Amino acid sequence: MKEILIDLKKCLSCKSCEIACTVSHSNSGSIFGAVLEEKKSRPRIHVEAGEGASFPLQCRQCEDPKCVQACISGAMSKDTSTGLVVSNPDKCIGCWMCVMVCPFGAIAQDREDKSAVKCDRCAGLEEPACVRACPTRAIKFAEIDEFCKSTRKEYLSNFQFSEEGK
Amino acid sequence: MNFENKSFDPAVRQLLGKSHKDGIETVWDRFEAQQPQCGFGLLGVCCRTCVQGPCRIDPFGSGPQKGVCGANADLIVARNLLRSVVGGTAAHTDHAYEAVEALYMTATGKSPYEIKDEAKLKAVAAKLGIASEGKGKNELAKEVAEAAFADYANHGSTPMKWLTATAPPERVETWGKLGVLPKNPDREIRTAMHQTSMGVDSDPVNLILSAVKMSLVDGYGGMHLATDVQDILFGTPKPVVSEANLGVLKADQVNIVIHGHVPLLSEKIVEWARKLVDEAKAAGAQGIQLSGLCCSGNEVLMRQGVPLANNFLAQELAISTGAVDAMVVDVQCIMPSLADTAACYHTKLITTMPIAKMPGAQHIPFEIDRVDETAQEIVRTAIGAYKNRDPQKVQIPDVKSKVIAGFSVEAIVGALSKLDAANPLKPLVDNIANGNILGACAVVGCNNAKVPQDSFHVGLVNELLKNNVLVVATGCAAHALGKAGFMTPEATEKHAGDTLKAVLTAVGNAAGLNAPLPPVLHMGSCVDNSRIGDLVTALAAYLKVAIKDLPIAASAPEYQHEKAIAIGTWAISLGVLTHLGVVPPVLGSRQVSTILTSEPAETLLGGKFYVETDPVKAAAGIIEHIRGKRAKLGI
Repeated sequence: MKEILIDLKKCLSCKSCEIACTVSHSNSGSIFGAVLEEKKSRPRIHVEAGEGASFPLQCRQCEDPKCVQACISGAMSKDTSTGLVVSNPDKCIGCWMCVMVCPFGAIAQDREDKSAVKCDRCAGLEEPACVRACPTRAIKFAEIDEFCKSTRKEYLSNFQFSEEGK
Repeated sequence: MNFENKSFDPAVRQLLGKSHKDGIETVWDRFEAQQPQCGFGLLGVCCRTCVQGPCRIDPFGSGPQKGVCGANADLIVARNLLRSVVGGTAAHTDHAYEAVEALYMTATGKSPYEIKDEAKLKAVAAKLGIASEGKGKNELAKEVAEAAFADYANHGSTPMKWLTATAPPERVETWGKLGVLPKNPDREIRTAMHQTSMGVDSDPVNLILSAVKMSLVDGYGGMHLATDVQDILFGTPKPVVSEANLGVLKADQVNIVIHGHVPLLSEKIVEWARKLVDEAKAAGAQGIQLSGLCCSGNEVLMRQGVPLANNFLAQELAISTGAVDAMVVDVQCIMPSLADTAACYHTKLITTMPIAKMPGAQHIPFEIDRVDETAQEIVRTAIGAYKNRDPQKVQIPDVKSKVIAGFSVEAIVGALSKLDAANPLKPLVDNIANGNILGACAVVGCNNAKVPQDSFHVGLVNELLKNNVLVVATGCAAHALGKAGFMTPEATEKHAGDTLKAVLTAVGNAAGLNAPLPPVLHMGSCVDNSRIGDLVTALAAYLKVAIKDLPIAASAPEYQHEKAIAIGTWAISLGVLTHLGVVPPVLGSRQVSTILTSEPAETLLGGKFYVETDPVKAAAGIIEHIRGKRAKLGI
């Protein structure tokens, strides 16, 4: 199963992923339509900058999701077939327990509906909008094995390079 | 592979297949690689004016609503818009200024050019209030050039002479009341760059008014001046029959493609290509075939009948025919990728202007006093390259259309005067009044990779003609419509509504064509939008109404350049509804988009922008506007 994975060295904090995410979750699905909509769409990915690095954070779709455990109304659930943690706005009562327990701060508030909104990996799209929008390809949609293999290869090429340089 | 979503033009689709096989990257590949494009940029809410930034305003309201300095989305969008208009205006005024320099040097015997159109020289002098009696053409040309230089050296508070001499008095008064009459093109450009720098103007409305002012610099100190001077130097266009599309390239001739915007060098290349045919024959070719891209192409089509190769988006593909021996470029709309494309073939890519060089190209510098030598060197370089052409790599699409071009205002009035010598505009106005011609629309502007090449131009014009709307065209829009076969008498039979067809047939027969006039009149290059301005100015004056009351519209269906943003702003300032087929980067500000597309602009200027990205809907909107104006005129 593919996961959204970040190449830490490549994020430039351009926030293109935030815009693409917001548009992807708007009614019109286009940037020009989305800015004119009365009910403003919200991003489910947030770029945060730390010491010397920035990082686009979104729901990690945890295997043992704390938000699902904390949800008292049954709005949050783990869909075992897709691996996604799903938020059902019809059941959400807006208690924000999920927000408090999520270690990544990845759950946002829909301002009008007062319900929890989160990354749904753009269900229905072959590739999530944030992945497609990232101009440096810092956000990847890949199998864990595939991601690890490319990381190992990169490590190895650096290793060989420094050996030669000696 | 399916190329239909890339271009309407069958020649381009063929060559995209070839380029793909040849491993050539094109503008469409790069456009795809850029997707999706930055939302902040598309909405115009990114500010890079100072180094505290870049700042972006969150268009959805949850993130920052102000930049570091405190600028909000309205201010950032308005500032960016003004800077775009400045960019376009700088291009046109720089072009015009160079033409004036050439005129001055010619008048003072320091250039190899000659003044070819004395009648135009006298007409321009008369508008400027310069008496021509008893003066030789060089003496008069010197005074006209000095009048142009005087605008650029105007240190006083009077408005630009070229504007007050050529714009309708009603407009001059309206612009005067709004405080937007420009004084000196260079000074206005300087002031606007100052106004948009960090911490100067914070008022979006004031910035939009400056954009209006800047567009008047573009209209009169840029476009009108360039057209006037080029006509004086090289002749005012008259109807000319030629061809358009890459099928004009010849397998057995030296092919030279002229690309860019300023005709100073290209006129000489045409002259020398004709003089050096024997050298081409000695090199084994049957002759020299010239053809043009973009507006240098339009300029040499209008005056010399040189065929059009193609428009903006297909510039790389011209080279990938493998048949172009030299592509000579001057300024504007020249893709930096051309050197990479040319490197894959034998084509010599030749840059000529000090401000437009390209790594990988050969630079043969253009200087006014040495232009004959430069032109010869360029033609000989092409002849030399012909010998290196690899026939295996050549594929010239068998696609071209006949075009009738050369419709300057003088030529249009000339044709109409065959119907009524005393009042040449009367037949046109009568037919607008009786509804045979519903109205007129100027279809102008560029290609844009966001739109399948030419598809919007063609889709829109089909609808307009069917509804008896007469179309005039310039720039890459004119290329598109020429390629699509709209500039022939047959197109009138095929596409025009019945009443429009009857009028064009009557005018065509009276003008001695024995066929209808084409339903789309090619009025020239993008600076020749000034010709369209002159035509509507004359129509309004004849009817004793303001331009804003005429049943007309303008459209830039596939625009991409800053110049187009300047021209569009000039058009709405003239009082013309101006349709845009590509969403401009202003939607990040409700205030700016509202001002430009609704009542505020319409009340103050008479014109406004109309954004619609569907050609059929756009045509319907334009027709509805024209009908509304007719109703107000009571016709």
